[in-house]
Amino acid sequence: MSVTIYVPGDSGALAVGADEVAAAIVAEARERGLAVDLVRNGSRGLYWLEPMVEVATPQGRIAYGLVGAEDVEDLFDADFLSGGEHELRLGAPEELPFLKRQTRLTFARCGVVDPLSLSDYESHGGLAGLRRALGMTPGEIVQEVTDSGLRGRGGAGFPTGIKWKTVLDAPGPRKYIVCNADEGDSGTFADRMIMEGDPFVLIEGMAIAGIATGATKGFVYLRSEYPHAIQVMDEAIRIARKNKVLGGSVLGSGQAFDIEVRVGAGAYVCGEETSLLNSLEGKRGVVRAKPPLPAHKGLFGQPTVINNVISLASVPVVLEKGAAHYRDFGMGRSRGTIPIQIAGNVKRGGLFEAGFGMTLGELVDEIAGGTASGRPVKAVQVGGPLGAYFPRELFDTPFDYEAFAARDGLIGHAGIVVFDDTADMLKQARFAFEFCAIESCGKCTPCRIGAVRGVEVMDAIAHGAPPEAQVALASDLCNTMKFGSLCALGGFTPYPVMSAIRHFPEDFKPAKMAEAAE
Amino acid sequence: MQPSGTQTDFEDVAARVSAVIAENAHLEGPLLPILHGVQGEFGCVPQEALPVIADALNLSRAEVHGVMSFYHDFRANPAGRHIVRVCRAEACQSMGGARIAELAKVLFNADFGETSADGSVTLEAVYCLGLCACAPAVMVDGKVVGRVDAGRMEDIAGEVLA
Repeated sequence: MSVTIYVPGDSGALAVGADEVAAAIVAEARERGLAVDLVRNGSRGLYWLEPMVEVATPQGRIAYGLVGAEDVEDLFDADFLSGGEHELRLGAPEELPFLKRQTRLTFARCGVVDPLSLSDYESHGGLAGLRRALGMTPGEIVQEVTDSGLRGRGGAGFPTGIKWKTVLDAPGPRKYIVCNADEGDSGTFADRMIMEGDPFVLIEGMAIAGIATGATKGFVYLRSEYPHAIQVMDEAIRIARKNKVLGGSVLGSGQAFDIEVRVGAGAYVCGEETSLLNSLEGKRGVVRAKPPLPAHKGLFGQPTVINNVISLASVPVVLEKGAAHYRDFGMGRSRGTIPIQIAGNVKRGGLFEAGFGMTLGELVDEIAGGTASGRPVKAVQVGGPLGAYFPRELFDTPFDYEAFAARDGLIGHAGIVVFDDTADMLKQARFAFEFCAIESCGKCTPCRIGAVRGVEVMDAIAHGAPPEAQVALASDLCNTMKFGSLCALGGFTPYPVMSAIRHFPEDFKPAKMAEAAE
Repeated sequence: MQPSGTQTDFEDVAARVSAVIAENAHLEGPLLPILHGVQGEFGCVPQEALPVIADALNLSRAEVHGVMSFYHDFRANPAGRHIVRVCRAEACQSMGGARIAELAKVLFNADFGETSADGSVTLEAVYCLGLCACAPAVMVDGKVVGRVDAGRMEDIAGEVLA
């Protein structure tokens, strides 16, 4: 009998040798005359254990991790095909503490199924949400999404249902669903993981959005830095079309909806929704002034829903299990679950989906296990390059849109990047300005010029200029950028800069003074 | 009007660009897919391609140039035989990415955005490959590599410089 072996095809696993492991397993099995069925699943998100190989045994799946190609022969000797003992044996993946503490709603199938098997998808609850939606009126679907409390997971946290309602009510000869898959924030990879590991959930979410708002065409604007995700999404869309999940009559409903992947071209600012729309139209990715809202005049001037990957990928479970099931997780006005991406200098980095409300400290110290370097944690940047740096004193902040805002931060796309005590916060503040200067679309002055001036101010401090005057200058500059920029790139660059200055003032003293003090 | 950029020595530019345009003409907002297609064909977007695209899409050459030059991906001149992209964003910084970036510059004898003198490697900075939980990360001709340390960077250099 053939044994099914899972070796992730996720980029994060490929980057650490998953292809080599897969090839070694196939070669070794052939040599031993054993029948194996190799599945390239997505990643479970336990990246410190990747490549993590799973074997389907009669007792359930058994995981082995950090597997290298050189371990494969040894694993066969230990009879890993029957779940045999070995020093790399981790046991049942669901029982690993990192996974056991999670609530996987959006990522329920990621790492479990074959990403490109529609039958696997359906047998794990896929398409149930879309089928239910097809039996409802558009108004009822929108109401269900509104009732779930789902808010935009791209960072802005705008209620998804309200956005959909606006598009549903907007008259237009043609409407669009645009999926923002331009996941450019450092420390974030949830979009990539879901597109590589469970692409049908995004397709289903977009189809539901289309049915709910009367849109017939969807675009996935996918960044060019994700070649594997592009490949998987393209193939999944082709399979969905072939099986009538997409096309002229979605699941035989008579309602049309189709999706096309569009590849970005390396501009971070295109993650901003209006510049993304310009880019899709074939223009420079320059930010548009709002109003008009994209919901009224979006892509090609038509009513457009533009949502992040995770927002759309969370819709199927809302429809499948009902708004109340989703809404019952979370805290305050942050309902449901949030896939937190733990990255940077950590022992256990990966994807951790949980109801809102866990504190930053729990995530960094307990879940991530502290730093990989073993040194003390100095700062944690939450929410990507435009997010604030948090010191240990603020580790009691719960993961919640409002709680982070109250502490001059943002959860953004829920990526957290941990730095140990070797980090120089002056350098990090300088990088925030530098990044803004590189990626600014150039449309508004505070961002275009402010970012360059910011780099100069940080350099002046580094070169020994009296810090008080320079910090005052930086604060003033940040104030102008925050309130004078058109979009979040210029508007939020002050978050990392000002949080670094506020929480780590010792790093902004002149080098000579700091040295003399030591 | 004379094109302002350097002339390249590609052959049949107009015909090959027209073929790319024909493949993408049915798309809504076809300019980016066309530019990607042209770069796939030539390894860059040659100056001579711009008026062909402009003519087909009823745009001015300046508009096409404006779009092409806005995006980091599109290059006016061909890259080296290999492209090594080193992630320089925060998650990789936290794991010693700056040291890897400096080492890459030494190994390839090129700064970021430059091609080594023998034309073997173009070194590029990239801001996030989504491999933040196995940082530092680099991409070598589309192949992702994580947990890069000095030894692994030297191995990569050995492969692409060979």
